[in-house]
Amino acid sequence: MNKKREPLIFELSEESKKGYSLPEIDVEDKDYIPEDLIREDMGNLPEVSEVEIVRHYTALAHYNYSVDEGFYPLGSCTMKYNPKINEKTASLEGFLLSHPYSPYELVQGNLRLLKTLENILSELTGFPYFTLYPSAGAHGELTGMLMIRKKLELSGNPRKIVLIPDSAHGTNPASSHFAGYDVKEIPSGKDGYLEVSKVKEFLNEDVAALMMTNPNTLGVYEREIKEIAEVLHKNGSYLYMDGANFNALMGYVKPAELGVDVLHLNLHKTFSTPHGGGGPGAGPVGVREDFEEVLPIPVIKQDNEGKYIVDFNRPNSIGKIRSFFGNFGVLIKALTYLLEMGAEGLKQATELAVLNANYIRENLKDTYELPYKTGTLHEVVFSEESFKKFGVKTVDIAKRILDYGIHPPTVYFPLIVHGALMIEPTETESKRTLDTFIETMKKIHKEAETNPELLKEAPHYTPVRRLNEVLAAKKPKLKYKKEE
Amino acid sequence: MSNIYFTKQHEYVKVEGDTGFCGISNFAQEELGEVIKVILPEVGKKVSKGDEICYVESPKESAKVYAPVSGEIVEVNSKLDDEPELINNDPYGEGWIFKIKISNPDEINELMDEEAYNKFIEG
Amino acid sequence: MRYFPNSEKSIKAMLNSVGVNSIEELFDTIPKSNLTKDEINYGKPLSESELISYFKKLEVENRVKDFKLFLGGGSYYHFIPEVVNYLSLKGEFVTPYTPYQPEVSQGTLQATFEYQTMISDLLGMEFSNASLYDGATAAAEGLLLAWRVTRKRKFLIAKSLHPEYIATIKTYVKNLNIEFDFIDFNDEGRVSKEDFDKKYNDEIGGILIQSPNFFGIIEDYKWIKEKIGDNKTLLISVIAEALSLGLLKPPSYFGADVAVGEAQSFGLYPYFGGPTLGFIATSNKKFLWEMPGRIVGETVDADGEKGFVLTLSTREQHIRRERATSNICSNQAWCVIRAAIFLSVYGKKGLKELAKQNMLKANYARENLEKAGIKTKFSGPIFNEFVIEVNDAVSLHKRLLEKKIVAGIPLNWFYPDDKNSILLTFTDMNSKDDIDELVKTLEEENE
Repeated sequence: MNKKREPLIFELSEESKKGYSLPEIDVEDKDYIPEDLIREDMGNLPEVSEVEIVRHYTALAHYNYSVDEGFYPLGSCTMKYNPKINEKTASLEGFLLSHPYSPYELVQGNLRLLKTLENILSELTGFPYFTLYPSAGAHGELTGMLMIRKKLELSGNPRKIVLIPDSAHGTNPASSHFAGYDVKEIPSGKDGYLEVSKVKEFLNEDVAALMMTNPNTLGVYEREIKEIAEVLHKNGSYLYMDGANFNALMGYVKPAELGVDVLHLNLHKTFSTPHGGGGPGAGPVGVREDFEEVLPIPVIKQDNEGKYIVDFNRPNSIGKIRSFFGNFGVLIKALTYLLEMGAEGLKQATELAVLNANYIRENLKDTYELPYKTGTLHEVVFSEESFKKFGVKTVDIAKRILDYGIHPPTVYFPLIVHGALMIEPTETESKRTLDTFIETMKKIHKEAETNPELLKEAPHYTPVRRLNEVLAAKKPKLKYKKEE
Repeated sequence: MSNIYFTKQHEYVKVEGDTGFCGISNFAQEELGEVIKVILPEVGKKVSKGDEICYVESPKESAKVYAPVSGEIVEVNSKLDDEPELINNDPYGEGWIFKIKISNPDEINELMDEEAYNKFIEG
Repeated sequence: MRYFPNSEKSIKAMLNSVGVNSIEELFDTIPKSNLTKDEINYGKPLSESELISYFKKLEVENRVKDFKLFLGGGSYYHFIPEVVNYLSLKGEFVTPYTPYQPEVSQGTLQATFEYQTMISDLLGMEFSNASLYDGATAAAEGLLLAWRVTRKRKFLIAKSLHPEYIATIKTYVKNLNIEFDFIDFNDEGRVSKEDFDKKYNDEIGGILIQSPNFFGIIEDYKWIKEKIGDNKTLLISVIAEALSLGLLKPPSYFGADVAVGEAQSFGLYPYFGGPTLGFIATSNKKFLWEMPGRIVGETVDADGEKGFVLTLSTREQHIRRERATSNICSNQAWCVIRAAIFLSVYGKKGLKELAKQNMLKANYARENLEKAGIKTKFSGPIFNEFVIEVNDAVSLHKRLLEKKIVAGIPLNWFYPDDKNSILLTFTDMNSKDDIDELVKTLEEENE
C-alpha cells in the first residue's frame, strides 16, 4: 500500500483554478436580493482542477479496504459481494431523474417497483404488509416500535417497558428509548439463547414488547422464540424481531409464522445493496395483518383500474418517519438482487453462508476459545480467553489481521462475550479465501504467544498506523482550518 | 488511607464527617484506560446506594458509576469537564467525581476497606 | 449462481470438515416446528440481460423524460458533473463498511472530514457530523439536541417549514413529552414578528426557522436572536435547498446555534426522494457531546502522522445504548462522498455562480409571470422557487400536464384548504426558452 499521505483537497487549492464548467446565464443579471443577505465568504471551499479532483479521490479510494478487494468477515454486518448489475439498474435515468413530487401518473414505474419489492419481502417473511421508507436498520426499529406503541395506545395503554436481551445491538435499546420506552435488559441463557422461563420472570402489565434478534448476535438460533411469542401475547405484549441476521434464515424460517408481530430487514446486509462506507441503507418493516392501520404514511395502493396511487389519509398512522419515499435508490438495488437470486438462490445463499461460518468455527475452535458450544448458523463468536494469558487483547489480534491484508471481524461485540471476535463470512466467499483466513488466524495466535509485542504494535503495513483516539476525542478537530 | 471504602463495582467513598468524596478506584481507571469524558450527576439529587448516577468514558466505553452509599449529592467536581484525565492521574485526590451527604452511615460498614478491596481485586 | 464461488467439490470438502452429511444438518438447531412449510416463491430467477429489460420497462413507465419539470420543494434538479459519478462509483467507496477500522478506511474518513469542513464552512458553523438520513429527520434531531441541552420541552416552529419536515418532527417527538407550536408567516411570506411575540417566552427550548422557507422566501431573521437575548433558547436554522448557501448569508449570520437540513442538491439526483443527505452542525463546542450520529475527527497515528478516526463515539448507540444521543447507526456515508466531490468541483466560485444562476432564473420567471398577470403569493425575496396564485391550482396543474409541463407542486397537496397556490421551482436545469414557454402556457390556461 501507498504510505504517502494524500493532502486534504483544501491544501491543493489555489486561486484561479477551477474544476467546473457552467453555461453562460441566459437571463439578465440583476440584483434581486437585498445586498445584506448576500454572502461574501465561501470558507475553505477549494479551487482545484478536474485532474486534481480525480487524482485526489482516486488516491483516497486506494486507502480504503472494501468487499471488492477482499474478505470482510464483520459479524452481524453481512458483508457479502455487491453485484455490479445493481448499480446499473439503479442508475437508469428514468429513476434518477424522477421527482418525489411528480404527479403519480408520471411515476407509475417507481410505484410498481416499490409495490413489487413489498410483495417479495412479504413472501420471504410471511408478513402481509411492509413499509419501505426507513432509511436504515435503526430507523426501521424506531418505526416498528412506534407502530407497536400506537397499537397499544389504540387499545388504551401504551405501557412503559421494552425488554431487550443482553446480546442485542445497541440500536435496539436506543430505538426503544426514542419511542418513549424504558428499557429492561434480560440475560441470555447459558446456552446462548433466551429462555422462555426467563422472559416470564420479567413479564408484567407494563411490558409493551420484547425485541429480539434471531439468530442472535452469537449466531445462535432462538429456539424458544415461538413459546416466547405465546407468553408475550398472553400478556398483551408484542414481539419485535430484529432481522439483521435474516441471511441465516431465507427459505427456512418465515418470522411471521413464529408469532413475531413486527420485523425489520436490513436490505444493505441481506440483499446486498452495498454498505457505501456506512450508508445509505434501507430498513423496511414488516407487520402482521392488524398493524395495517398504523403503517407510516404514505401507503402505496392500486386503484380499481390497476393504477398505483398514494394514500396519505390514514388517521391511525404513526405519521411520517422521513421525507418522500425512503432511500429509493437502495430499494432498486435490493429488488434487482432479489429478482436475480430467485427463491431457490436465496435459500442456497443462506445454506452456503451457514456452511462457511461452520467451516470457520470447526477449524478455529481448537485455537480460539468458543464461549458458547451451542450450534451456530451464519456467524461464530470467539472470546479472548485463549490469548489473554499472553497479555494480548482482542484489539491487538484485529490490528494484526490488517497486516495480512484481511479485514478483521467485528470486535468487542456482543457484550456478553469477553473480548469478542465475531466472524460472519457470508456465502460469497470461497473455500480458498476461508482457508487463508483460518491459517492467518492460527498464525496470529502463534504470534500472540511467541511475539506479543508484534501484535500490540500492529498494524505495521497499513497506510497509517494505530490512531490516537484519545487525542481525537479530547481535542476535537472536525474541520480543516487554513491558518494551521 | 483509613477513611476510604470501596464497592464491588469499584467505586470508592472517602468519608469526612457526614460527607464523602466519591470516585472510581485506581484499579477501575486502569481497566477503563484514558478517560475522555465524565458525565456528572446533578447537584441536589437524592440517591440510594447502588443507583446508577453518572458515567466515566474512555474512547470506546461508557462505564456506569453507582452510588456507594445513600445520600444527597452536594457537590460535583466540575474540573472534570475540562480535565477528565484527573481521574487517571489522581483518582483519590483531584479525580474525585462527586461529594455526597451520607444519609445512612451504617451503609459504610457494608463496604470494603482498602485492604479488603486489594484482596478483592487480586481475586 | 454467479455470486457463489464454491465448487461442488469444495462444498463436499467443507461438509466433511464440519462433520455433517448434508447442509440441511447444519440447520438442526432450528426446531422443526419453526421451519416453514410454505416454500418461498416469486417467479424464476432472472438473468443479467433480463434484469436490464425488466428495469428498463419500469423506467419507461416513469414518463419523466418527456416533460418540462419545474419541481423542487426539498428535492432539486441541478447539473451533476460527470466526475461525481465516476469517482463515487469506485468500488472502494461503494463496498466498504463503516470505517470502524480506521487504518484501512482513511479514504472514507478523509473524504468525510473534507465534507464536514465544506458543509460547516458553508453554514458558518464549527462542528458538523458525518450525515443524517435527510432534511426531515435532521430537523427532528436538531430539535431533540436543543431539548437535551436546554432541558426545555416547548418549541416554536415556523409554519413555513417544509410540511414533510414538520410531519416527521411530529412523529419523532410524540412520545417524548415535547410540545411545539407554530409561528405564522406574514404577507411577505416571512416569519411574523407579531405572532412570534405572542408565542415566545423563556420556556421555549428552541425555534426552528427555514430559509429559504417552503414557499421559497428568503428569511431575514436576525431579530429573533435579539429577542431571545440571554434566554436559554436555541435558534435552529433549517435549510432544505443547500445550494442557496452558495449565494446567501449562512445561518451563523443570523445567530443560529444549530443548523440542520438537506444537502441533496450537492451531487445527488432527485431519485424519487432518496438517497438524500441530512446534515447537522453547531457552532457551540458545548453541544458537541450532544450531537447525533457519527463524527470524523483528525488525530495522529503511532508514528505521529496525520490521520482520521470516528470520534466522540460514546455518544452513539453502540456504546451508550438507551442513553445514546440518537438511535442512528447507518447514515448516508456514500452520499457524503458525492457531496465532497461535487463541492470540490464547483468550489468557491462555481458554487456561487451555480447558485446565482438559480436565483436569476427564478426571479426572471417571477417577473415575467407577474407581467403576464399571474400573481405571486408573497412579496419577499426568493432564491429558486416561489408560490403563484391561480384559479383552481389542481386542475390548472393537470391541464399543463397535457402540454408536457409539470408546473410545480399544487400546495393543496399539503394544505387541503389552499386551492389556489402552486410552488414553482427554477434551477440551472431550466432554460430561458422553457421558462418562457411555461409563462405563456400558464397565462393561457389560468382562467
